[in-house]
Amino acid sequence: MAGVPASRPAASVEQRLDAIQSVLDERGMQPGEFIVQADHLVEEKWVPENGARVVARAWTDAAFKARLLADGKAAVAELGYEMPRHHRHLVVLENSGEVHNVICCTLCSCTAFTIIGLPPDWYKDLEYRARIVRESRTVLREMGLDLPPEIEVRVWDTTADTRYMVLPARPPHTEGWSEERLAAIVTRDSLIGVARL
Amino acid sequence: MDGIHDLGGTQGFGAVRHSPDAKAFHADWEKRVNALYSLAVRLGVFNMDEYRHAIERMEPRHYLTASYYERSLTSLATLCVEKGLVTRDELERRAQGAFPLALASAPGRSNAPARERFRAGDRVRVKADHVAGHVRMPAYIRGRVGVVVAESPAYPFPDAHAHGVAADDEPTYDVRFSTAELWPSSADAAFVHVGVFQSYLERAPAD
Repeated sequence: MAGVPASRPAASVEQRLDAIQSVLDERGMQPGEFIVQADHLVEEKWVPENGARVVARAWTDAAFKARLLADGKAAVAELGYEMPRHHRHLVVLENSGEVHNVICCTLCSCTAFTIIGLPPDWYKDLEYRARIVRESRTVLREMGLDLPPEIEVRVWDTTADTRYMVLPARPPHTEGWSEERLAAIVTRDSLIGVARL
Repeated sequence: MDGIHDLGGTQGFGAVRHSPDAKAFHADWEKRVNALYSLAVRLGVFNMDEYRHAIERMEPRHYLTASYYERSLTSLATLCVEKGLVTRDELERRAQGAFPLALASAPGRSNAPARERFRAGDRVRVKADHVAGHVRMPAYIRGRVGVVVAESPAYPFPDAHAHGVAADDEPTYDVRFSTAELWPSSADAAFVHVGVFQSYLERAPAD
């Protein structure tokens, strides 16, 4: 019976995965080749540096920022960043002195992964998924971000295929910096919204 | 389904294990799982809603104790069996041990018969639906009132798309709820924005 604690020990995850991979291989799906391609994508293409470049451009180009806030998917495409076909919409959430945005996926692990990178382990953990919607200020404080009560907190739960990215507030001490130098200070945590810069 | 995966607002969990340089993957097999389920989606073996639902259908004790990528592997294997690519017996023979899969699915459903178009600023209530199959309405918003802030492009309706049921694509609405509405006197002050499918919503009377 499916799912019921087994009478004999479960195979290891590696053995189970090898079994599935051999099935896909026999079906002509070329899983070995795809694993190599996917490795390149997750290690080199879908990285938070993409989101950092988007943020740095928005900080230095007001017209780009307006386009980014109006239609995120079209604006990131201007910089050469693609999103999967099923991600039909990218909503960019602007942080300010009055508002702080943070993203999550309580039901699974959805993110704009081609733009902000694949979600880190803690984003997918039960603790973050359960708590961030209900105890946002407490969780953020535990993660090192203590927000004063006058800052409004907005939590965005990714329950559909609309994806979100936080546009962090530009730190005042970066006046006159180049786009490249700005991009280097934008962290993955700030794109998720568990940190401010 | 009101499943174990629907964690938003569940109390009793401890601190988030956070570090600024946290990894997405901790082992090579995790990257392989991630590649193989996306390959199967790309080749049309199953869609993302079927994939998500097969994770939700895992036996609850298995769901809670499996790592993220073991859940992904379980969904991939469950769907390969359900789609007829391989039998469970054959998988277990190859894996040389038990291969726990997700439990069977309940039937899906199509769009709500009457759907209303909303605009930013409209007050809406999430219908008090209890759905046996796949649904993307987290339980913490069921029956709650919020305000529409935006409309998305039309998406496949997950309650149908996860089950091979015919349905129209429909938009989602980003709906803003106050935590005081969701968990009165029992939450940090904040707004929670949820992407809610049109079929899940009805107009709420003005304040």
